[in-house]
Amino acid sequence: MSQVALEKLAARFEAAVLETHGFRGDETAVVEARALREICLWLRDEPSLAFDMLCDATAVDYLTYPGRGEKPRFEVVYHLYSTQHRLRLRLKVLVPEELPEVDSLHELWPIANWLEREIWDMYGIRFRGHPELRRILLYEEFVGHPLRKDYPKEKRQPLVRRPEPEIAEVLARRGRARPILDLANPGSPPKR
Amino acid sequence: MGLEFTTGRLADAVNWARKFSLFQYPFVTACCAMEYMALWGPRYDVARFGAEFPRFSPRQADMLMIVGTVSERNAPVLKRIYEQICEPKWVIAFGVCASSGGFYQNYAVTPGIDHIIPVDVYIPGCPPRPEAVLDALILLQHKIQTGEGHSQRRIRLAQQQQASGGAR
Repeated sequence: MSQVALEKLAARFEAAVLETHGFRGDETAVVEARALREICLWLRDEPSLAFDMLCDATAVDYLTYPGRGEKPRFEVVYHLYSTQHRLRLRLKVLVPEELPEVDSLHELWPIANWLEREIWDMYGIRFRGHPELRRILLYEEFVGHPLRKDYPKEKRQPLVRRPEPEIAEVLARRGRARPILDLANPGSPPKR
Repeated sequence: MGLEFTTGRLADAVNWARKFSLFQYPFVTACCAMEYMALWGPRYDVARFGAEFPRFSPRQADMLMIVGTVSERNAPVLKRIYEQICEPKWVIAFGVCASSGGFYQNYAVTPGIDHIIPVDVYIPGCPPRPEAVLDALILLQHKIQTGEGHSQRRIRLAQQQQASGGAR
């Protein structure tokens, strides 16, 4: 059903729509980053479409993705919904690693403010024109962006920790936990 | 020798009283709370162990129960609450997330609250059955009676140091 939206979009912005595809009613358009704001404004205000709701905005890091070729490393993905016409549309924008920047959409849909802050927090993609682009889930002391594929999986950035010897003792104890329940002799005092 | 005998018996009596009047501070952060609630219901009834009285101020509690996942961002809050509880105090890690981080092996979650504060009893399970919690409570009572809690050990150590310092 949302194919209508995809066709209208491709007809209206012929030059800016790089690629479209649909799968079982899941319609996607890859668009030029430069035209993103203009396209979104039109999608929202065109009466026959009226995408008045930004369901979600997120990003993908294709760093280790096979068969990706020369395509940019990141994609920012927007999910739009039209409450009036019950249409759904997914927009994708390619974002290069050298300049990870996209126009902010917070003026079109206020929720974009927080969603973009989350993308900044997790992927380190900046949003031009965002009023307050700071971390939303992690703490200010955190260095780096954890959902980037090159962020080390084991890396921790704790705010508080006990002194090193105490932690070592705790970890040593973990290996030799005692069984607590004495199944052969129920009701007996716990073993120590 | 007579004095030692008397204070020893007194400590036993005090510990006996303590183990049946635990005031909990529930630090409840995640889904383990569901099982924690079952603990209070008539079927399991934690009141049988004298630990049914939750205090929502750490200053009035003496047992800290960490129920659920503690994120790195939340860790300073937990540490502060622990520090606000008066000695002697006891800590129970409720469920695998609190005990070891559980299946959250990532940038956001502490790999066990024992990296932040000392823990007396760990309860495995995701979530643990209420029976497991009651079992842990019995184990903790045993620890309290024998003076083996981390806080009791710390107090004893401080008293010994003070005594030996005074003798010198």
